[in-house]
Amino acid sequence: MIGEIVMLVGALLILLAAIGVIRFDDVLARMHALAKGSTLGVVLMLAGAAISLHVANDITSLVLAAVIQLLASPPASNLLSRATYLADHIPRRVDVVDERRHADGADDTD
Amino acid sequence: MSDVTFVVLTVAAVLFTVRLCVGPTLADRVIALNGIVLAGMGAIANQAVVTGNGDFLPALVAIALVGPISTGMIARYLERNRE
Repeated sequence: MIGEIVMLVGALLILLAAIGVIRFDDVLARMHALAKGSTLGVVLMLAGAAISLHVANDITSLVLAAVIQLLASPPASNLLSRATYLADHIPRRVDVVDERRHADGADDTD
Repeated sequence: MSDVTFVVLTVAAVLFTVRLCVGPTLADRVIALNGIVLAGMGAIANQAVVTGNGDFLPALVAIALVGPISTGMIARYLERNRE
């Protein structure tokens, strides 16, 4: 029962990420919405499944998938947002502080 | 409760599909595909809980390994394409 509730919370986080991807009007904002869902939402769903199941083999697979997702998903989002910032012809908007502008390798022209 | 979880994941996948079709740039479409993969991972885990049969769970490990790598490759492609 507790595992199913945790899985439902994770699914609701993925739904929130989907609503954010639909409604936000900027590539970087959409990526911000998806990165939360792809780490916490999926890890909550896998943790709920690991609570509900009782075979050690299944629990090992779920924990391994959760650890890999936690380790690999944020760097992928970081790479994609960096490429979006650097690429031409992609509309983007930085509100207050643009820290990437003066980093190494960034264009100072635009 | 597992049925509600399936419905929520399906609605999320449909919303991601709308963004995949609409999304003006390549980065939007990559984000939407990532989201669809997330909904699929959740559906596989939920199905294992419903049936009590965990034979498909190693597929989750493979998906978790492949998804971020593909995102990184498309990111490198986008970055190399600038003028």
